[in-house]
Amino acid sequence: MHPAPSVILFTVLSGMGFGLLATLGFGLLPVTGWAALLFYGVGYALAVAGLLASTFHLGNPQRALRAFTQWRSSWLSREGWASVASLLLMAPVAAGAVFMGRLMPVLGGLAAVLCLVTVLTTSMIYAQLKTVPRWNHWTTPALFFGHAVAGGALLAGLGNAPVLLLLLGLFMALSFRTGDRRFADRGHTLATATGLRGGAVRSFAPPHTGTNYLMREMIHVVGRKHALKLRVIALLCVSVLPALVLLALPSGLVAIALAAALHLAGALVGRWLFFAEAEHVVGLYYGRR
Amino acid sequence: MTTLPPPSEKKLGLVIDLDTCVGCHACVTACKGWNDQGYGAPLSDQDAWGPAPSGTFLNRVHSYEVTPEAGVAQLVHFPKSCLHCENAPCVTVCPTGASYKRAEDGIVLVNESACIGCGLCAWACPYGARELDQAAGVMKKCTLCVDRIYNENLPEVDRIPACVRTCPAGARHFGDLGDPDSAVSQLVAERGGIELMPEQGTKPVNRYLPPRPKDRLEETAPLAPLLDIKATGFAGWLDRLLDRI
Repeated sequence: MHPAPSVILFTVLSGMGFGLLATLGFGLLPVTGWAALLFYGVGYALAVAGLLASTFHLGNPQRALRAFTQWRSSWLSREGWASVASLLLMAPVAAGAVFMGRLMPVLGGLAAVLCLVTVLTTSMIYAQLKTVPRWNHWTTPALFFGHAVAGGALLAGLGNAPVLLLLLGLFMALSFRTGDRRFADRGHTLATATGLRGGAVRSFAPPHTGTNYLMREMIHVVGRKHALKLRVIALLCVSVLPALVLLALPSGLVAIALAAALHLAGALVGRWLFFAEAEHVVGLYYGRR
Repeated sequence: MTTLPPPSEKKLGLVIDLDTCVGCHACVTACKGWNDQGYGAPLSDQDAWGPAPSGTFLNRVHSYEVTPEAGVAQLVHFPKSCLHCENAPCVTVCPTGASYKRAEDGIVLVNESACIGCGLCAWACPYGARELDQAAGVMKKCTLCVDRIYNENLPEVDRIPACVRTCPAGARHFGDLGDPDSAVSQLVAERGGIELMPEQGTKPVNRYLPPRPKDRLEETAPLAPLLDIKATGFAGWLDRLLDRI
C-alpha cells in the first residue's frame, strides 16, 4: 500500500495524542495549572494535528462532515465520532485541571476510555480490510493500542514507561514476523484471482503500458528492499533507545523530550513500514505485490 | 445508507467468456467513451499526450499466460470491471453513504455529490474495480451503464452496457443472474462459470466462463527426419568403430 504522509502522520500523531490524553484522563499524572496546560496542550495538539492531516488526502475535503453519517456500518465514520466525542468530553477535564486546579476522575476516566476507543476505531479502518491480509488481523488493533498506551506513558513521564516501551517493541517484532506469512496463509494467488486452471498462470501483459491509480495506491514496492534495516531502526527508536534514555537520564522534561523525539521518529518509520509492506490482493492481477 | 440491502431478487451483471475474448480492448474504449459524456464526472486523463500518461478506467483488460505441465502455453485475455458483489465490502466501509448497492437490481453505484474521495472503498475492493478520478477527486466505478439499460430514449438494442454492445467477439453477456432461467444464468450453468477470488467472501454477481479445453497440438517437427542421418561408407565404418571403443 502507498505510504502516504497524510495517513502516516494521522495515525502516529493522533495515536500518541489520544494515548497521552487517556493517561491524563485516568489520573495517572495528576497535574494542574501550568503543568496541566503543557501536558493537555501537547495531547490536544498531537490529536488535532493528526486528525487534520487525515483530511489532506481527501479528494473533496469540503464534504468531510458527511463522514459522520454512516457510523452504523463504517469504521471510518465511527472514528470520526469517537475522536470528536473524546476531544469534547476531555475539554472540561482539561479546563478544570488547568484553570481551577481541580481533577475530575469520573469524567476524566470516561473521556480516557473514549480516547482509547478512538485509537481502536482508527486501527479497525485498516484491520477490517480482508484485501490486505497483513492488516486483517487482531495484531493491528493491538499494535495501535500498544503505541497509544506506551506513547502516552512516555509523554506523561510515567515510571512504567520503559517497561511499556520494551513490551511494545516485542509486540512490534512479533507483528512484523507474523505479518510476513499472512498473505500466503490466506491462499490468495493469481489462480484464485483469475479462476484460470490447468497450468501455471502468469501475467503476460498489463492492461495499459502506463501506471494507474490502483498501482500507485495499492502496489507499492519502492523501498521494500530496505525493509529489514528499517524494521531494526523502527524497533530501536520506538522501544529500546527511549527506554534506555528514560532509565539513564534523570527524570524530567529533558529526558522525556529526548525519549519522545526518538520514539516519534521510530513510530513514523514503523508506520511507514506498516503501509509500505502491506500487500493488497489486487497486486495479484498485475503480477506483483 | 451504506449498510447493504437484503439480497435482491434481480441481480444484474455481466458474464464474460474468457474463451471468446480476443483482447481487442474495444470494451475498454467503449466504456471510457460512454462514461465521458453521461453519468457523473467524466473519466479524466492525466498527461494524456505526455511521457507518463495515466487515466481513470472502469474496465481494464489484462492478459495472462497459462502454461500446462505438458504442451503449449495458452494466452487468456481477461477483462475486469466491477463484479457488483452481493456482499460488497466497498459499500460498508464508506463513511459518507456515497457508496451504495441498489435494492432493486443489485447495481453498486457511487453518489458522487456525497463522495469525499477518501479512497477507502478502493482499498476494500479485492478486484481493483474502483479508481479515484484524479481531476474530480471522486470515486469512479462501473455503473453497469445504468444510464443505458433503463433508458427509453435509446433503441432497445442499445439498452445494454456499452462494453457488451460493442464487443465484436460476443464475449460479454448482460442479464439477470438472479433468475435461473435467464440466458446468462443458463450460460453460466452450461459452461461452469466461476467467481473471482471466492475466498474473499464478496459473492460477486458477475461470472467468468473459463476457456474451453483446447485441442492438443502434437509435437510437430517437420525437419526431424533430416536430422536422423545415417552415416554410410567410410564415415559409417568410422561411426561403428568409434561406437565400439
